Amino acid sequence: MMPDASQLLQYIVSGLTLGSIYGMIALGFTLIHNATGIVNFAQGEFVTLGALIAISGSEAGLPMPLAVLGAVAAVTLVGAALERTAIRPARNSSVITLIIITIGASILLRGVAMWLWAPDPLPMRHFTGETPIRIGDVSVLPQHLWIIGIVLVTMTALRLLAEKTQVGKAMRACAMNREAAQLMGIPVERMVCLSFALSGALGGLAGAIIAPLAMGQYNMGIMLGLKGFAGAILGGMGNPLGAVLGGTLLGVLESLGAGLSPPGWSGYKDAIAFAVMLVVLLAKPTGLLGRRAR
Amino acid sequence: MGGNVRRYLPFLLAVVAAAALPAVVRSGYALHLAAAIGINTIVVLGLNLLMGYAGQVSLGQAAFVGVGAYTSAILGSHLGLSPWIGLAAGAALGALMAGAVGVPLLKLRGHYLAMGTLGLGMIAHIAMVQWEGLTGGTIGIGGIPALSVGGFSFHGDLRMYYLVAAFVLLALLMASNIIDSRVGRALRAVHGSEVAAEVSGVDTARYKLQVFILSGGLAGLAGSLYAHHTGYVNCDSFGFAYSIQLVVMVVLGGMASIWGAVLGAGAVTLIAENLRAFQEFSTVIFGAVLVLVMVFLPAGLWRGITEMAQRLGLSGGRRRSGEA
Repeated sequence: MMPDASQLLQYIVSGLTLGSIYGMIALGFTLIHNATGIVNFAQGEFVTLGALIAISGSEAGLPMPLAVLGAVAAVTLVGAALERTAIRPARNSSVITLIIITIGASILLRGVAMWLWAPDPLPMRHFTGETPIRIGDVSVLPQHLWIIGIVLVTMTALRLLAEKTQVGKAMRACAMNREAAQLMGIPVERMVCLSFALSGALGGLAGAIIAPLAMGQYNMGIMLGLKGFAGAILGGMGNPLGAVLGGTLLGVLESLGAGLSPPGWSGYKDAIAFAVMLVVLLAKPTGLLGRRAR
Repeated sequence: MGGNVRRYLPFLLAVVAAAALPAVVRSGYALHLAAAIGINTIVVLGLNLLMGYAGQVSLGQAAFVGVGAYTSAILGSHLGLSPWIGLAAGAALGALMAGAVGVPLLKLRGHYLAMGTLGLGMIAHIAMVQWEGLTGGTIGIGGIPALSVGGFSFHGDLRMYYLVAAFVLLALLMASNIIDSRVGRALRAVHGSEVAAEVSGVDTARYKLQVFILSGGLAGLAGSLYAHHTGYVNCDSFGFAYSIQLVVMVVLGGMASIWGAVLGAGAVTLIAENLRAFQEFSTVIFGAVLVLVMVFLPAGLWRGITEMAQRLGLSGGRRRSGEA
């Protein structure tokens, strides 16, 4: 059974949707990795919290934009609080100790999510209905377009922030060389806190916009976070543009893989991301775009 | 001779404590838990050598434990082979798999091994869930025979506890010997500064690979013991959460310390078990405890306790760097 062109396009559209989510998560990993050298294992829990808070907001009758923005704001605070309460007090410890702290934080946040929201998956209203839009032979849910659009706007905004503003330049300077940045009078510690806050915002937004398609559940962030991590490695760990592209590509590969796999093999679709990651590590560990800076 | 007594005194104390434990705790459930702690300790000892001495992290150690467990399950339950063959094959396959991943990944610098093992662990776990013909999927494999010598079967909590304790002791002695050997010195040099070690003629990649293979073998052995202990395996036991738990045991107990491995395995196994009563809260408490210990005792519980003992003047003030 060969899939026809419209079916392939269909897979690609859903892959791009999922991939843009992975890309945002991957970018969150990259921001913190560049500022601190650690891998933040609580990144997936930022996504979980974003989804669950947005769901509660929309359930409480808030207009959708407010529910989403509220979730983003709340998770931004969670990110900053994580840095202030757990990372900063231990900043002189080894990288592995810091990574374990983020693992502890991820377990803690998952527990809080399970305790405050039920352990069962919760649905969320789509932003603008569930009537599919037909574009040629492909039918797309409005939510797919919302996700891709919101991610594109966010990425463009972040790009501008990084290149044009003083804060963005300071953050990039820290990523290139912390000591030199400090000597130039850049408040490195504040930049580290900012990177956690931004990662929180990105994760929260990713969760809030994927929730209508994926539902919200306390443990949804584990897989999403790890796949975002795989996307960051595919793109080239430390490279923000690479993270976004790597995540997107991974989403498309996964969607195509699941769609085109022979019957009975679709259960392996979650393995695709990690297989790609292993191949990248073995064949070209710097990823598609390689490391920028450093 | 005096040095030897000093060196083996902790082991002697451990033997006495382990032998006396069943007289103190008595209940079968407690012995079952103690055996579980012992099995985790064997994995954690290997991972501790890898993390604490070779400076490399594995985020997929559960995969090696799973390979050992399934090897024992398939050989013992499906093929009816002797459990001892399963035990040897489980350890060998764990080591082999570690070698297969380690050869390419350990040539790279930084935390590439961590990322690679993370991917491997995820793929291995997905295969355990999906490859039902081999692993039984979520149903798993039951009827795994107990280990036995002649007519004596290590069946039941007490007998299995003593068998696991013996394996733990052997693993502890081996780890201690490795640390004090030429390999151990080379590893400490690698951990201190890889470049300096290489310049001094240490073949860093080879030593790191050896330790990684050893850690895979110990994990496989522990998995086999687990399978013969419980008589049943399924995929739920060897996921990402268990890999993370193992790393947590190493760091919580204290890296670069064999007694820290025992302490970490014991603490995490007991906490995870006892918190079940708190249901949702258990996860919150476990996460909070982990963060707090890491923030306030970054070198782990064992170092924290020994330092406290020293401050109170309980210890003779004998401390060699790299040991303890």
